[in-house]
Amino acid sequence: MSLFWRWFWGLVVGVPAAAFVVWGLADNPKLFLTTGMNGLTLAALYFLVASGFTLVFGLMRNVNLAHGSLYLLGAYVGYVVGDRTGSWLMAVAAGFASAALFGLVLQVAVFRFMHGEDLRQTLVTIGLSIMMADILLWIFGGEIYQFDPPRAIYGRTLLPIVEVYPTYRLVLLAMSAAIGVLLWWFLNRTRVGMMIRAGVDDRAMLSAAGVNVQFVFAITFAIGAGLAGFAGVVGGTALSIAPGEDTRYQLASLVVVIVGGMGSVVGAAIGAILIGVAEQFGLAYAPTYSVVFTFVIMALVLAFRPQGILGRRA
Amino acid sequence: MSAADWRKAMNAGAGRYAWAGGAAGRRAAARPAAQPSSRGEEAIAGGAAAWARWIARRVRARHLLVLLAVLVYPWVATPFFTFQIGAQALALGLIALSLTFLAGYGGMVSLAQMTVAGIAGYMYAIFATSGTDISLRWPWGLAVVLALVIATICATLIGWFSVRTEGIYTIMITLAIGVAFYYLAQQNYSLFNGFQGFQSVMTPAVAGVELRAPIPFYYLALFWSLAGYFFVSYLLRAPFGVALQGIRDNPRRMSALGFNVTAHRVAAYAVAGVLAAIGGILMVWYNGLVSPGSVGTGWLINILIIAVLGGMRHPIGAFVGAIVFVLLQNFAVDLVGRERFNLLIGGVFLVIVLFSPDGVLGWWTQARQYLRTQLNRGPAAAPTQRRGQ
Repeated sequence: MSLFWRWFWGLVVGVPAAAFVVWGLADNPKLFLTTGMNGLTLAALYFLVASGFTLVFGLMRNVNLAHGSLYLLGAYVGYVVGDRTGSWLMAVAAGFASAALFGLVLQVAVFRFMHGEDLRQTLVTIGLSIMMADILLWIFGGEIYQFDPPRAIYGRTLLPIVEVYPTYRLVLLAMSAAIGVLLWWFLNRTRVGMMIRAGVDDRAMLSAAGVNVQFVFAITFAIGAGLAGFAGVVGGTALSIAPGEDTRYQLASLVVVIVGGMGSVVGAAIGAILIGVAEQFGLAYAPTYSVVFTFVIMALVLAFRPQGILGRRA
Repeated sequence: MSAADWRKAMNAGAGRYAWAGGAAGRRAAARPAAQPSSRGEEAIAGGAAAWARWIARRVRARHLLVLLAVLVYPWVATPFFTFQIGAQALALGLIALSLTFLAGYGGMVSLAQMTVAGIAGYMYAIFATSGTDISLRWPWGLAVVLALVIATICATLIGWFSVRTEGIYTIMITLAIGVAFYYLAQQNYSLFNGFQGFQSVMTPAVAGVELRAPIPFYYLALFWSLAGYFFVSYLLRAPFGVALQGIRDNPRRMSALGFNVTAHRVAAYAVAGVLAAIGGILMVWYNGLVSPGSVGTGWLINILIIAVLGGMRHPIGAFVGAIVFVLLQNFAVDLVGRERFNLLIGGVFLVIVLFSPDGVLGWWTQARQYLRTQLNRGPAAAPTQRRGQ
């Protein structure tokens, strides 16, 4: 894109956005900032789910449409463990572990045997997600479950202008940022992370270099699935867990990854912020059309950068 | 896709229809009876006789048998079987046929086909008469035409967006579009009447015949399903369909041959959109209502399940899949109870995807080949396998 077009589109998108920010701050700063905070916490949640999704896709070219089910699985298992032990931290750990374990089983028992068959893998994950949603509904019923996090992180915090804000959401924001940094460290500073990045770039070459690619696949799948389960408990605490949440987060991670670019963790962060903030502002300022904002962002990205903001051509 | 596969795919089309010879060649090949040159001239001279010969060559006993069976079916079946099973399977089959056309022959798996059908249903409910005040109460004929046109335009737009991507990306984007429409229909009250949607949508009566009565509706659905089936079968042999299959197998080569790949793909979405829109109007008449639930994720996926269950290598697969799906849906109660239907259908889908990539039709082909080798004890005819996507 030439410099002119870059400026042109920057202005076309930037000027109305800036005008909206100025108007929003002048009109009702409290509503505006609260909505902004809500958008960021939602973005934090989306990032947790989508980063695993994008990691798995980037490495294995496998669209795991059962990723939302892993979110729900982690949430329910975390709830049961939290209920039994009375410890929220145990619930978080159990959510991560159960989803990671399930993801590992999926990779080792199913996906390993259909390597390279993208469409078939996708169809299999669709079938799995249907079955998992129904099994979870069977076991846990249609009720809404809520977690009982420790008192220390569940009160309210006083903030300027916004006044009171749930502490837990701030914790969620911090946790998500920490996970992001941790993920960055893992991918950029450890040996396994290096293998994963190499695999994203060129799988065949990595294999030729003597690395056990199946092992790298299994690790990546486990981490990606575990992140979804972790997000299930963490997100279930901020909101609640109920049947249908799997589809919601599946869709959210799809859109986030489409916008941010497949296979890029940083792209997932950017996409999550865009989508999360747009969704919350849409809900606050134009309730009946809020989904349109998400869609417009996706359409714009697809129209001008089909591979996503930070994506590379597949 | 190797070069050899590609050549095979291309020769299959070019040899039979000689479509590569520019515009004139294409026009000649556009007739269904067009044969390689010598036969083609014969066909022009022979007229009716050539048609009869063509029919005799193409139509087998099993085709007539199936046609007879579907025509007689409502007179031997109970109204429940005619309406709930027969007509619903035909309407769903028509929507699934649009996906089979797109995915099996265009190589583009779109999950938004139910969305297109839903848009047609919603538009019909908005323009025609329903129990909601939003409905404009225009004549039903006008409403049908408007609904078809708007749904087809939407389908074309969806296609225009999705053809920027390939393979799995297409699935993801069409899924995102479909779910976005679901949320829009659910959140918007001024146009889509929110969560409730449109209840008691009026089904028209033509010449005193209530179209929603089991037998008339069955024949209506049968007519449009047959029309859709023959239209797709014809289109696949027409230059457009052959070019589309070429694009499925190797877009770069087709582009190098001078075909506009994007235009062909978008046109395929438009064609599939018409089929899905007709199916959508049939579904809204069948249900008598249209609500966000009819375009939810469940139904988007169900259409994919139907198409995959039947098999995507032949247009009839969509209807076979629809029959299996509707039977499972209605009789799952006896097998596993009403609540566990999703588990059953998900399991069946998984088994099909894991063990028979060509769906029920794949089993049929395998069984036929097995029988043939068993009976002849000789070399079976070379399997004419077309390359799936």
